[in-house]
Amino acid sequence: MATLKAPITEQDHIQGNVEAACTLLEYGDYQCPHCGAAYPLVKNLQKHFGNRMRFAYRNFPMTQLHAEAEAAAVVAEFAGTHGKFWEMHDALFENQDRLGDDLFAELATQLGLDAAELQQAMAKRTLTDRVRADFSSGIRSGVNGTPTFFINDRRYDRPRDYDTMVSAIEEALAE
Amino acid sequence: MSTVLTPGTPAPDFALPVTPDQKLSLSELRGRPVVLAFYPADWSPVCGDQMALYNEILPEFQKHRAELIGISVDGVWCHTAFTKDRNLHFPLLADFEPKGAVSKAYGAYFDAAGISERALFVIDKDGIIRWSYCSPIAVNPGADGILEALEALEK
Repeated sequence: MATLKAPITEQDHIQGNVEAACTLLEYGDYQCPHCGAAYPLVKNLQKHFGNRMRFAYRNFPMTQLHAEAEAAAVVAEFAGTHGKFWEMHDALFENQDRLGDDLFAELATQLGLDAAELQQAMAKRTLTDRVRADFSSGIRSGVNGTPTFFINDRRYDRPRDYDTMVSAIEEALAE
Repeated sequence: MSTVLTPGTPAPDFALPVTPDQKLSLSELRGRPVVLAFYPADWSPVCGDQMALYNEILPEFQKHRAELIGISVDGVWCHTAFTKDRNLHFPLLADFEPKGAVSKAYGAYFDAAGISERALFVIDKDGIIRWSYCSPIAVNPGADGILEALEALEK
């Protein structure tokens, strides 16, 4: 069974109780329709588990399939440098069918970020390097497509439906 | 699940169609590592697709000078369309006629369904299998095992 080789650190984007006994980690791609479908699922899991689970997100853009995936990941990372990662993460998934420069500028403005600064950031490699580093850590950990979830440090290979995932997280909490 | 050929076994040679008018043989690739990825079928769901994943991480394989080859029982025209649709940058071989012969030679054929297993082989520059793995057919095995095996070849 594939296990997470790069542990969650303070550098990660984490939502929820940092001390939670269970971590749900997603390697995702903002342009992947399956990740789009998993987005409300994760929200529901967060609601269900409350303080007992934290959620982390890492980038795994499938650039050969999805032309805007890497740019979208960089946009979210840019928002993250201004403390708005999750707002952008959500906005990107909620507008998945409109990914592109126009949307990126629009969302940046909506979140009170400077669209010109975003453009500069996208031209530089720094944030792209972070996205690629997520991707590499994913490969090493057995990420096999998007989305790939890990519950604590184990890859989740069972069906991605609410009931099955609730049971799997309950099992992890009981360990 | 099939019993796939194990490390230390010489990799059975083969020559299979890679395009409608071209064949590729394993022996042509002697001198560099080869990753053979048997898989059940073209056109499985998009983003969880094993070949799409390998396509994405091709540069990691190339760092080890390794040649990646996908093999399924799909015909060569099917592979051509799939390659184009998914923008794949590595060869897919058609183990089509006699059906599954190469998959069978590697112990990577799932008889009941008439398709190749999800079986992976890392072959060294001398044509010896150095790592093999057969994944449950519904589980895309990812690439971590392949990369570890390629690293081990260099030690």
